[in-house]
Amino acid sequence: MTQSNRLSGGQIDRNTTLKFTFDGKTYDGHPGDTLASALLANNVRLMGRSFKYHRPRGPLTAGSEEPNAIVELRSGDRQEPNTRATTAELYDGLVAKSQNRWPSLAFDAMAINDRFSNFLTAGFYYKTFMWPAAFWEKVYEPIIRKAAGLGSLSMQADPDAYDKGFRHCELLIVGAGPAGLMAALTAGRAGRDVILADEDFAMGGQLNSETFALNDAPALDWTTATVAELSSLPNVRLMPRTTVIGAFDHGIYGAVERISDHLETPPEGKPRQILWRIYTQKTLLCAGATERSIAFENNDRPGIMLASAIRTYANRWAATPAQRVTIFTNNDDGHRTAADLHAKHVNIAAVVDTRADAPFSSDYEVIKGAQVVDTKGRLGLTFAELRLANGESRTVECGALGVSGGWNPNVHLTCHQRGRPTWNEDLAAFVPGADLPPGMTVAGAADGTFSTHGALTSGANAAARILDIKPSDAPTTEDAAVRQTPFWFVEGCSRAWLDQQNDVTVKDVKLSHQEGFRSVEHLKRYTTLGMATDQGKTSNMGGLAIMAELVGKSIPEVGTTIFRPPYTPTAIGVLGGRMRGMDFHPTRLTPSHFWAKERGAVFVEVGNWLRAQWFPIAGETNWRASVDREVRATRNSVGVCDCTTLGKIDVQGTDAALFLNKVYCNGFAKLAVGKTRYGLMLREDGIAMDDGTAGRLAEDHFVVTTTTANAGKVYQHMEFVRQCLMPDADVQLISTTEAWAQYAVAGPNSRKLLQKIVDPAFDISNDGFPFMACGNITVCGGLRARLFRISFSGELAFEIAVPSRYGDALIRKLMAQGEEFDVTPYGTEALGVMRIEKGHAAGNELNGTTTALNLGMGRMVSKAKDSIGSKLSERAGLNEDGALAQVGIKPVNAADKITAGGHLMAATGPVDAKHDQGYVTSAAFSPSLDHMIGLGFLKDGGSRLGETMRLVSPVTDLTVEVEIVSAHFVDPEGERVRA
Amino acid sequence: MIINHPLLGPRDSAEFIYMGDAGLINRPDPETASGEEWYAYAYLRDNPAGEHRELWWHEGGDRSWLVVTRNTVTHEISKVEIARDVARAQGRSK
Repeated sequence: MTQSNRLSGGQIDRNTTLKFTFDGKTYDGHPGDTLASALLANNVRLMGRSFKYHRPRGPLTAGSEEPNAIVELRSGDRQEPNTRATTAELYDGLVAKSQNRWPSLAFDAMAINDRFSNFLTAGFYYKTFMWPAAFWEKVYEPIIRKAAGLGSLSMQADPDAYDKGFRHCELLIVGAGPAGLMAALTAGRAGRDVILADEDFAMGGQLNSETFALNDAPALDWTTATVAELSSLPNVRLMPRTTVIGAFDHGIYGAVERISDHLETPPEGKPRQILWRIYTQKTLLCAGATERSIAFENNDRPGIMLASAIRTYANRWAATPAQRVTIFTNNDDGHRTAADLHAKHVNIAAVVDTRADAPFSSDYEVIKGAQVVDTKGRLGLTFAELRLANGESRTVECGALGVSGGWNPNVHLTCHQRGRPTWNEDLAAFVPGADLPPGMTVAGAADGTFSTHGALTSGANAAARILDIKPSDAPTTEDAAVRQTPFWFVEGCSRAWLDQQNDVTVKDVKLSHQEGFRSVEHLKRYTTLGMATDQGKTSNMGGLAIMAELVGKSIPEVGTTIFRPPYTPTAIGVLGGRMRGMDFHPTRLTPSHFWAKERGAVFVEVGNWLRAQWFPIAGETNWRASVDREVRATRNSVGVCDCTTLGKIDVQGTDAALFLNKVYCNGFAKLAVGKTRYGLMLREDGIAMDDGTAGRLAEDHFVVTTTTANAGKVYQHMEFVRQCLMPDADVQLISTTEAWAQYAVAGPNSRKLLQKIVDPAFDISNDGFPFMACGNITVCGGLRARLFRISFSGELAFEIAVPSRYGDALIRKLMAQGEEFDVTPYGTEALGVMRIEKGHAAGNELNGTTTALNLGMGRMVSKAKDSIGSKLSERAGLNEDGALAQVGIKPVNAADKITAGGHLMAATGPVDAKHDQGYVTSAAFSPSLDHMIGLGFLKDGGSRLGETMRLVSPVTDLTVEVEIVSAHFVDPEGERVRA
Repeated sequence: MIINHPLLGPRDSAEFIYMGDAGLINRPDPETASGEEWYAYAYLRDNPAGEHRELWWHEGGDRSWLVVTRNTVTHEISKVEIARDVARAQGRSK
């Protein structure tokens, strides 16, 4: 293919040709090109369709502020919608597709919307799709979603990796244009720790777009030498392809580095992008400025661009959107574009200057005091219509129109902590305000210093001032004074685009004003001005200006909307980094995990833990069969369960007992050494928080256990009580959850099994080691261990703990030694069934709404001492007659089902919230009783045993007759645990 | 945000867990406090737009509870104290 619009010069490598395709057609480009510059060089102006009216669109800009030229980049699982062609670096084999068009870019059926534009004005959706309400989800929304919208997702998993990283520096410089480079040079030469970040792949900023000489040589020479010098300094880190997306608290900046976006696929082992968290003492913002447009009728045709963008394409990329170009300007900068294009032999049709005193040129016609009022050209610009100073009309033939309405400093990052920009009358633009993020300074065009020499020296001086060093000398170059007079829109225009990405016109702004939306924040939301992915970088000012005129206020009086991070669109993937799939949170494995895996256990996530849920054996076809077997085997002989995940907190110190007396509602001061006690913790408001056991290993040493779910929370709470409420208590805490592998060994044969493992020096007979005993022992010939005679299953049971690294060996030992008893490993399901059979409360019952009284443990709350929650648990409201009390539930008809979540209603009478008597918290099939059982809370439950009620679950459409029974279904006298 | 830990120096706020109003240190005296005082302690919190003394727990560090004086509007942190010292200064003991 010929690159018919390729000019001479530019920062492209003509020795290498890159092939790429756009909408299936193959083109040539060169290294250094962007997708947009390469397409323009190939005489392609039409690159997309607009959001609402499906108007043909080409690039407006040459940078990240681009509203129009957004494409789907790559294919397959790497397809990425809404990529700006103006920043996508060209690589060999690049594949891009236009979006939001059907069947093709040149003929888009939905362009019919443009004909109906009178109906599709601001607030169209609000007004049209209100009635009937039921139509919204089923009819309107799917149609609108299909018609509007931007690119499409691949609907496949992203194959690339994203990373997060942390960097620190003394001075972060944002933007490597003339100001940023001079600042980096100043700080770098002084040996200071600097990061210089720029979103572009080539550093230099606006210098790359200009033809000025620096020190009487091409600007590129100076830029190249400067970047080379900075690269050589060990204290300077250059971060090209890195967008600083947000200024956060206390000198923390977010930055996205595109590591591999300029390659077809990321190199082996490299991420696609990295989200950097940059910690800096000082920041110098050198973000430059964005040119602003002028609104006139049909100002959105492909070929109509910002004048500076046309200049950038010509100078940096040696590409022009057309061979015949008109410039429409209200300032001298537009003339620079004309001069540069002329120098590259592009035909300048005319420079249309709104000013009567516009400068003269001998190279091309300057039409003074004139305006572009309309344009023609279906898929691209063909004619511009002018209104001359004398009121006459004139038509100019051209394929591109460069529009220059002056420049707006890029103040975005200065506003990320609610700072507001201030209006500068001389520049007719907003400049950074006084309330910058702490530590931030602004230099160069971002601060309203628009001349090249001004930017260079302002960068050097700012860095020198910040770091108290000497500024480096700036090269000599142009230093033209810049004056900007406001000119926002052409008189009488209506379908003149302000926000090209969201299709917001001057007419829409007027309409919204007419309908009463007069605050800028309302204007923005009603018209969607500035709400597209470009966040209105090229459109907000125009909208404000028109609003100001309509309400008869000045622009500063109207004010701006708030700028928020991120500065440019940021992929969700890079915010997530490596935290996706199984890496979303850490996975904690129990000491018996690998052994359980060998046994074919089914695992369940419990918080971050993976726990064995049940252990299927050959012939078992469903989980219930496995769970029932595990329960029966444990109750009949012996079962083993890994209970390492329960929180363990070591409590030591002379005040340890005093401390436990404070955190547990029941007493611990008198607990004898070598004994364990059940403990209930309350929140300060009297609601139950967690339960567990505390074993006293010595006068000044307790081992506390918590539930698996609350291990972290309880530890935090205990540290709060220790440090903030009992600061002088001699007590130390440490979490030892990971330090000990702990197994429950339960069932009538549990002692016999353990006697084969516990060293003979330790008597674990019923007399020597009775129910609730605990102690330090040794096992397997000298290995230190802890033994607790506690039972969650209701059987004769022990919990044995060994240092974690012996956990795997111990489970294997228990299994081998237990063969003669048919020892059976059991998982969390069987554990749950057995605790329901015993009526033990767990998370379902300790659900953040229940008190000790509700749980049947009201008398445990000691009145003899103060503990957390004891006072407020005495509140009348928590102790009224009819308080909920924990009960057991069984079906009257043994075959009936019981489900947790169902509510208890009287046997007859209405079923509604008013007649609600209580609810079921836990339910399970009891292999011991051969029917389902449940636990729940019932008003006055303690006095209603034997009552028949209805269990109702409207959600599952269940109504079952149930009997209220004691919650202790198995061994209610507790004989087995003491056996 | 960065919290300047009195013992460990500047630390990222991501290492901490936030627990709100530092008034939680002022637990009423169980011997003398009225029901109203307990109610206020358990349920009432100030939510000022401006300076706020609040509790942060250094979960990802030394497990200290800190009292951080932070401006809720600007996020400026003007003071960081060890909560234990604050509690002692307020007369708490065991």
